[in-house]
Order: sequence, then C-alpha cells, then structure tokens
Amino acid sequence: MTLPQTSPTLLKPVKPVGIVGYGAYVPRYRIAAKEIARVWTGKTSGLPIKEKAVPGLDEDVITMSIEAARNAMLRAQIDPAEIRAVWVGSESHPYAVKPTSTIVAEAIGAVPSTQGADLEFACKAGTEAMVAAMGIVGSGMGRYALAIGMDTAQGKPGDALEYTAAAGGGAYILGAADESLAVINSAYSYVTDTPDFWRREYQKYPEHGMRFTGEPAYFKHITEAATHLMQASGTTAKDYKWAIFHQPNVKFPQKVASQLGFSTEQIAPGLLVNTIGNTYAGAAVIGLTATLDIAQPGDRILCVSFGSGAGSDAFDILVTDKITARQSLATKTQEYIARRTEIDYATYARYRGKITMK
Amino acid sequence: MEIPRHWRLKKQRYGLVGEVCPHCNHKIFPPRDVCPNCGDEAKEQFAFSGKGEVYSYTTVYEAPAGFDANAPYTVAIVKLEEGPMLTAQLTDMGEQPIQIGMSVEMVTRKMRNDGDERGVIVYGYKFRPVAQNAIAG
Repeated sequence: MTLPQTSPTLLKPVKPVGIVGYGAYVPRYRIAAKEIARVWTGKTSGLPIKEKAVPGLDEDVITMSIEAARNAMLRAQIDPAEIRAVWVGSESHPYAVKPTSTIVAEAIGAVPSTQGADLEFACKAGTEAMVAAMGIVGSGMGRYALAIGMDTAQGKPGDALEYTAAAGGGAYILGAADESLAVINSAYSYVTDTPDFWRREYQKYPEHGMRFTGEPAYFKHITEAATHLMQASGTTAKDYKWAIFHQPNVKFPQKVASQLGFSTEQIAPGLLVNTIGNTYAGAAVIGLTATLDIAQPGDRILCVSFGSGAGSDAFDILVTDKITARQSLATKTQEYIARRTEIDYATYARYRGKITMK
Repeated sequence: MEIPRHWRLKKQRYGLVGEVCPHCNHKIFPPRDVCPNCGDEAKEQFAFSGKGEVYSYTTVYEAPAGFDANAPYTVAIVKLEEGPMLTAQLTDMGEQPIQIGMSVEMVTRKMRNDGDERGVIVYGYKFRPVAQNAIAG
C-alpha cells in the first residue's frame, strides 16, 4: 500500500448524510448466455453468467433512470421541488450532447431549481454521482440530491463482453442522516490511470486491455478502496452484515470478497450478475438496492464499485430503523428480476439495434 | 421538425400532468383549461397516478411513419383511475394476453425520433401490466 497514512482521506461530510429513498430498475427481457454461445461458439459450459437483462425497443438510460428515480421517490416520500441535484452516471447516455439528467428531473418534477449533469466513469459513474450527492447534502447546499447509476451496456457481437453486457441500475435520494433509512458513515475513492477498458468517441463497442482487466484493474482498485475504508473506519469484514462488490461476472466479486475476508452469505443478496448480467454503472448500485430490500435496522453494509480506467468508490453504510416501513413502498429489485421474458438471439439483435436497416 | 410541440407537451407526456376543475373537481386529461364537465375555467395542474385499466385495444401491424421500428405494437384506450380516458401504446406485455379490464400502469418510454436518428428523442407515456400481475403471470 502506498496510501498516505498521515492525512485524512475518508470522504466524510460535515453534516451527516444518508439514503432517504432508493429504487431499482431491471428491464423485462432476458437472453441466456448459452443462447449467445449457440450463435458464436457452440459452448454449453464455462459461461460467465446464466442470463442477462436486455432493454426493450422503447427503453434507454433515460426511461430506465426515470423509473428507478420514481421508485426512489416512492420510498423517500419527499417533495421533488426540494431536490437540488439530479446526477445520472452511465456509459450509455442516449445523447452525445443533451443531458439525460434534465429529462429525468423534468419527469419527476425536480425542475427548475436543481443541478443537472451526466457523469461518466465507466462502471463507477453511478457511485461517483452518489459521492457528489453526499457533498451537496453534507455541505448544507441542498436538502436532497438524486444520484443514479444506470446502463444499457454495449457488447460487440461475439466478443467475451457480449455474454454479460446488460441493462439496469438504481437511484438514490440522499438527505440528512436523521431522516434516512441508511446512514452513509463515509466513503473512500481510489483512482489511477489504468488502461483496462475503453470506448473511443463514435465507436459503438468498447475494447478491453487484455491482461489489465483482472489483477491491475478490478482486484487492485476494489481491494485498495475497501481496505483503506475499513482501516480508516476501524472495521473488519466481520463488522459488516452485507457487502456488495462491482459484478462484471460471478467469479470476480466472489474472489475479491473472499480475499477481503467476506463470506458467501455476506455478498449473496447483492450478487445479481448471474441473473441480470453486468449492468455497468448500475452494477454496484443495484446490488445495494437488492441488499437494502432485505436489510434490517442496525445492519452495516460495505459497498464497493469499480469503474474501468480505473477507480473504486467504497461506502460504509449503517441501516436505520426507518428502513422497515419504506422497503415495500416501491417494487423490489428481486420483483423486477422475477418479471422476465426470455428472448432469442434474433430478437435480442433487433432490440439492441444490432441489425442495420440502412 | 416538431420540436416546439414536443417541448410544450412535455409535462403531460412525461408525468401525466393534467388539470383538476376547481368548481366541480372533475379531473381533466389532456389539459384543456376548460372543464368538459361543468364548462367553467379549469387551469389547476393535477398529476395523475398513472393507474388505470384497458378499456379497449387494437394491434398495429402497419405503423405510421416514425413508429415503424416498433411494429407490431398494441394501442389501448386506457381508463385512468381518476376518470379520464386516453389513448396510449401498451408495452412490456411479455407473453401475457391483453384483456379488456386488465390493470395497467404508466411508464415513460421512448416514443420515436423526431425525424430521423439525428433528431431529438421523443419520450412519453405508455402503459404496461401492473408489476404484481406481471410477476404472478
């Protein structure tokens, strides 16, 4: 570890901050990994996940963010006019220029007295929005801030990423700790320039930096972020009831959890990748919505995202007694996952715009 | 190019914002500033819950320009919980058969591009089977 040990590095707001409301969204359609393999490789085993969520023809990051934000509003029960920031993190914003956030803000009634911006940091853009929202609320600049991580991820046909690149995410309304269903004790962010995965301007599909994908990127950044957050907070894996790690496939989060001392049971509620795929900027945040859906007052949660390029945001979260009354106020993550219609590769190719019409 | 119209209608299209008559409490959608029930002025905004039921429906196979990428799709007359009826596409039906009287809820979805893929994306309301029914089905 080369982290500065003398200066305080935890991101801890001046005023205590927490999650007032949260909401998930997973589109209805699923394609099995073995259906993708049928078309490209003929393999029937050794696939990274079982199936992934696919957005319908009329869905994109804007419509999906609106639904997740509405679910968060249902749980928060606040006046949308009091929201001072709407930030959407994604690598699939429908427009190159024109914010996703203004349309989401308009749809939930948070306009006009609000910040609005789209964040981009590969798979950690959603947690980046959460840290920024902690800043707005924790500094007293605004009573509430809305942070969303949502994606309709791109995978080149036949590429290894096509098996997992999926759609879904979550929304969080942050506010004062005393009105929160879960308090965010602190966060910690660990960022370096690492060339593990990227997509250039005007390119439809991303590229990956081969050997950089695993150890130097995913494992290094998550381990550093989680370790430092726990060291600075005086905690160990045993202090947490639940943990969520960014989930590009099933194997990576299981391995990093084990290395950090977390059990299979601790990561089980938030490990959704096997049934919805890698939802990129939505992956860690939707793992957290699924965990909050089953959490009890007093549960402590560690949530660590990872975004290529690369970086990790780690959060130390403590669930309050306000959670019990709010869990059932909106559709739960597992209810969205249970609502599924399986599609074949041809329908998937149509839904994802992989068939060129002109 | 219909950008001014899309902009003008955004509140009703994104959030089903209509009006309520201050004189007779009649709920109005789309907003028209005059109450169709009592004839008095009605300009007070009212956000509908988005819950309703299918009153009637038909499936479109030969779609008008701009909607062809989504064909075939089903258009329904939806009777909102608060009273008014409106025409909207149904979406996310899965394998569920559509039935008159089935409970539906509003979602905001991509309707079409204004012009081609270089134009603004038009978002608006559609209806889908309510989540609980979808899970049971």
